[in-house]
Amino acid sequence: MAGIDQKKIRNFCIIAHIDHGKSTLADRIIEKTGLLTSREMQAQVLDNMELERERGITIKAQAVRIVYKANDGEEYIFNLIDTPGHVDFNYEVSRSLAACDGAILVVDAAQGVEAQTLANVYLALDHDLDVMPVINKIDLPSAEPQRVIDEIEDVIGIEAQDAPLISAKVGLNIEDVLEQIVEKIPAPTGDVNAPLQALIFDSVYDSYKGVIVFCRIKEGSVRKGTNMKMMATGATAEVVEVGYFGAGQFIPCDELSAGMVGYITASLKNVKDTRVGDTITDADRPCEKPLPGYKKVLPMVYCGMYPADGAKYQDLRDALEKLQLNDASLHFEPETSIALGFGFRCGFLGLLHLEIIQERLEREYNLDLVTTAPGVVYKVHKTNGEVIELTNPSNLPEPTEIDYMEEPMVKAEIMVTSEFIGAIMDLCQERRGIYQGMEYIEETRAVLRYHLPLNEIIYDFFDALKSRSRGYASFDYEMLGYEKSELVKLDILINKEEVDALSFIVFSGSAYERGRKMCEKLKDEIPRHLFEIPIQAAVGSKIIARETVKAVRKDVLAKCYGGDISRKRKLLEKQKEGKKRMRQIGNVEIPQKAFMSVLKLDEKK
Amino acid sequence: MRRNKELEIYIHIPFCVKKCDYCDFLSGSQDEATRKIYVEKLIEEIRTHNKRNRSIHNEKVITVFLGGGTPSILEKNQITAIFDALRENFDVAEDAEITIEANPGTVTAEKLQAYKKCGINRISFGLQSTNNEELNLLGRIHTYEEFLESYQLARACGFNNINVDLISAIPKQTVASWEETLKKVIVLEPEHISAYSLIVEEGTPFAKLYGEGCPGEHDLPSEEEERAIYYRTEELLEKAGYHRYEISNYAKKGKECRHNLGYWERKEYLGIGLGAASLINNTRYKNTDDLLYYMEHASDLSAIQENVEKLSLEEQMEEFMFLGLRKMEGVSVDEFENTFGKTMEECYGEQIQSLVQQELLKQKNGRLLLTKQGIDVSNYVFGEFLMACQY
Repeated sequence: MAGIDQKKIRNFCIIAHIDHGKSTLADRIIEKTGLLTSREMQAQVLDNMELERERGITIKAQAVRIVYKANDGEEYIFNLIDTPGHVDFNYEVSRSLAACDGAILVVDAAQGVEAQTLANVYLALDHDLDVMPVINKIDLPSAEPQRVIDEIEDVIGIEAQDAPLISAKVGLNIEDVLEQIVEKIPAPTGDVNAPLQALIFDSVYDSYKGVIVFCRIKEGSVRKGTNMKMMATGATAEVVEVGYFGAGQFIPCDELSAGMVGYITASLKNVKDTRVGDTITDADRPCEKPLPGYKKVLPMVYCGMYPADGAKYQDLRDALEKLQLNDASLHFEPETSIALGFGFRCGFLGLLHLEIIQERLEREYNLDLVTTAPGVVYKVHKTNGEVIELTNPSNLPEPTEIDYMEEPMVKAEIMVTSEFIGAIMDLCQERRGIYQGMEYIEETRAVLRYHLPLNEIIYDFFDALKSRSRGYASFDYEMLGYEKSELVKLDILINKEEVDALSFIVFSGSAYERGRKMCEKLKDEIPRHLFEIPIQAAVGSKIIARETVKAVRKDVLAKCYGGDISRKRKLLEKQKEGKKRMRQIGNVEIPQKAFMSVLKLDEKK
Repeated sequence: MRRNKELEIYIHIPFCVKKCDYCDFLSGSQDEATRKIYVEKLIEEIRTHNKRNRSIHNEKVITVFLGGGTPSILEKNQITAIFDALRENFDVAEDAEITIEANPGTVTAEKLQAYKKCGINRISFGLQSTNNEELNLLGRIHTYEEFLESYQLARACGFNNINVDLISAIPKQTVASWEETLKKVIVLEPEHISAYSLIVEEGTPFAKLYGEGCPGEHDLPSEEEERAIYYRTEELLEKAGYHRYEISNYAKKGKECRHNLGYWERKEYLGIGLGAASLINNTRYKNTDDLLYYMEHASDLSAIQENVEKLSLEEQMEEFMFLGLRKMEGVSVDEFENTFGKTMEECYGEQIQSLVQQELLKQKNGRLLLTKQGIDVSNYVFGEFLMACQY
């Protein structure tokens, strides 16, 4: 295998706006090159996480190696790396891009260029990738390929006249794509004989093989027995196996050399030793300096995550560590809550990221979780001059010690068709947005620019955007910095006891509204007890909203069904079972659902 | 020599003239021919118990309860045949309490005399209300006047142990209309009164009318009204010489229903007939509730017995608590220890302490019993004894 000609390798990824057909195209490419017969094909081969298939999104980057016999009679090796489309996973995208030499840009023939199309193209150009456009979904009645081609040239500024016009769904013109990959995507460069220099772009944990490192070999080569060294962590280990990616499986080979994409397993004990973005070299013949790696990303959204069963704390820690292994943007540290016990304060790139991590923990690691309301990082300027970065509302100092507070702002770009401009402007207004301007990309589509507080968009902004534009608006944002703001801590008291896990920081003008909604929601979620339970929202010592859960006056089974005691027992057991999933706060049992319900406060809109 | 054990027998007659709108018991209207075959099969099952089950044969039957449905719908010779079979195959004690459930309008002097001959010494009338509008609303087939007739007839035939079943908290009922029902029944001086609060059961016509989110939901008395009715029941009946001995049961002294008490005290009982439940040797099971299947296999006990559950020690303790606590006298601390070889304290100390603190249970003369508030939320109290014991 050492004899693979670098010129015959093409490392590329597919980038696209969400739903433009990226994963479907990947499936077709795999099918056309005969890696799998269509009978073996399962829709979206690369999205092998259950969650990905269900949601129809790509979360993790995935790689696969395929062999293509081109029209010139030569066989080419394609390394295809699938990437996520959502803004929360830009970090993942940029990792995959670093392993590629070119990118296929998929654009929907009906929808044209969208916010994420642009964002991903810029990312690709940042990584010096050659971008090759493909127009997808030309089978749709509303397809306007020529308009979209022009748009790509106008808006993005890349040559698109000879872009393949395809339908990944029905498998139309996929050959054109394959031929253009050979023609337009550059072959990798790199000296096979130079000291080893490989970029870790992902890794997974396998219970049999241990840590599996996904890497792109930039220089040199690696084989079984190589004494490899992680340049950032300094960990060394002997390589146990190298190989490349089959469809859904790992295929061992003798050697990976410059230009190739593949995996390495080694006798690595600690998952923390292999950090994504780190450079692998040969300990016996090290390269001079590491590859640039990745820009470190900072979590923007924080929440508390607690195991529903306190005994599962260690399991949660293990699971978070394993997820962090290939998701460096996931951040966590231990914290304790009076209401929820031991858990972790976790940092995420956004709310979708949070949801995905939560679901992965629940499905892949079988953990039952209780999550607290997400919040952003606030800067608290104390009267003594000290500035603290607040990630947990419970740590807010006394009001007398606070001089002022700042909250993070984002610069948001919302692309929307003209008929929804009004609705979207209303939404931004409600979310304390500051209008920055608007420009028309073409006759019917405009980009709206707003400055928005991050804490206004982490909840359900995306959903609201979609529902108010019937799905047409798309949205991208970047951090702008901190601005002074009137913020207060909203506390929830249940039966006069403050529940720390329900406290959060909110803009003072929205406190009343939020507090009222929280109380209403909790009233529906907290079951009736033998006594009356007041639910109150408070800012400081001032109660701003109240609801009451009425006491149970009666819970009697008058009749006992003759001698059918089993039936009675089942009724009692059912009642008891419900209680098991509750948290005891003072003498009130609160279902775990209640903690989560406050995350979806604006659902009814 | 084996000491004679005590056994209760329940016989189920799953037939009614018409099923009431609130009823979710196993019953329905069936034609005469079906009833005839059913009785034959019932007798087959009784005989099979004798042949198959020696341990039961050695036991003394202390109560028999013929329930339904409406057992009084059967012809007098059918009842006689059932009792003949019963006495041939079981040793029924001379002083056994033998009850039949009867619906007003289905009994005649001939039937009552036949009951007497069979040794039946207790009649339980399903009156439910003395208000004819309420009876109509419940879907009952009889009027208060028809009940009076049946009741007097039973008295005339010499029945001196009669129960009257009443249902409270029915839609649109007021404390006043309920009091009227109670007073009209009290003057008749039955020995026993059962006063159940209506439960709207899933799958009944009532569930569609009065269930959650249904148009009639607000016709049902509120929890507060329901409790007021319940408190008033005890007050009125107590004054008239009835004491409450179980959550919904009131009796004159010495006239408590021994058969039902047996359920709460975990006495062994054998259920015969469609869907009848049994507790034998700490094993609970139920007969099939499929009428056609039952009639085909009545003589094959293993074919008709379902949901056979051998109770673990822990489950037995749980039952001891949640069944025993239904009785107003509660459960005996000593009896628990004698039965299970462990003290109540070591099994349920924590739960008891907390429930006593919440004033839902109280301790008195070596017994643990529900308080007034405890009765109101007894399901909660009982639930605390499930899956709690560490032993």
